[in-house]
Amino acid sequence: MAEEAMFEFLHMELVSYIYRSVENKDQDQCVSKLEHLGYRIGQSLIERFTKDTPRFKDDLDIMKFLCKDFWTALYKKQVDNLRTNHQGVYVLQDNRFKLIQQMATGKQYLEYAPKYLALPCGLIRGALANLGINSIVTAEVTTMPACKFQIVLQKT
Amino acid sequence: MSRQSTRSTDSRKVSQELFTLTYGAMVAQLIKDYESDDEVNKQLDKMGYNIGVRMVEDFLARSNVGRCHDFRETADVIAKQGFKMYLGISPAITNWSAAGDEFSLIVESNPLTDFVEIPEKHGNLYYSNILCGVLRGALEMVQMEVKAWFTQDSLRGDNTTEIRLKFIKRLEDALPAGEE
Repeated sequence: MAEEAMFEFLHMELVSYIYRSVENKDQDQCVSKLEHLGYRIGQSLIERFTKDTPRFKDDLDIMKFLCKDFWTALYKKQVDNLRTNHQGVYVLQDNRFKLIQQMATGKQYLEYAPKYLALPCGLIRGALANLGINSIVTAEVTTMPACKFQIVLQKT
Repeated sequence: MSRQSTRSTDSRKVSQELFTLTYGAMVAQLIKDYESDDEVNKQLDKMGYNIGVRMVEDFLARSNVGRCHDFRETADVIAKQGFKMYLGISPAITNWSAAGDEFSLIVESNPLTDFVEIPEKHGNLYYSNILCGVLRGALEMVQMEVKAWFTQDSLRGDNTTEIRLKFIKRLEDALPAGEE
């Protein structure tokens, strides 16, 4: 049960390292570096996780899987709200996102939250990629620790 | 029914694998950023230190252990509670030095190294060096200065993985000047 703590500590230090390792002027590269790391991790993770899962019926099925099983495995809870426009845009809302939960409640430290959401965005994008879906994933936080992940599926 | 039970073990496995994969991605990034294996080792140790400094608080909050009276007790707590709690393994404590200030932790199966193989050109890399940093940082927060290093690493071809921990000195709390 303390194993999740290991990932949280590692993630915090990873974010810290990535920002330490670049010059001030290149700070915007950090988010994309973290996102790429998340992408690789998400790809491998979804392979292991869905080894014995039956084939998914459609995109909505995949998104539901992401919101329930995948999210539970990673963050020990399900996504609180899933919205879609049925045209390839999905919004996942997590009211108490694990990785920023300990940081603040409300508006404090809002500007730091995106750093810690880059890797999770990559995780989602990588997971979807290996399930055969190309997507663009972004995250936004208006009130800590709730955050919304917007996934736009790319039609091939 | 059976599907549900495999889900719960799957979930724990995924948690562990998330950590393992993230660590792997991080080491890969470090290797890209730094040219020499020694630099990567040093960075891993530094990052481990930063993590250990925070992790010890988490550990003390979860485990409720009291103060350790000597280094042997410290060794026990590290192996039987610390490693067990965070990595799910129980390393063996061996090779105590004559003075009782140095010992080895033998790690049989290291969760960090699942799926990992090190290519020949990175022969000097201590892949799990973050553990040494974590131990160093955590113990510094409880007033012990120690040195931690790998003496054997199964990823490098040795039989087992062995971390050696040496007690250097007790750290006194430094009061800010003017408050004596």
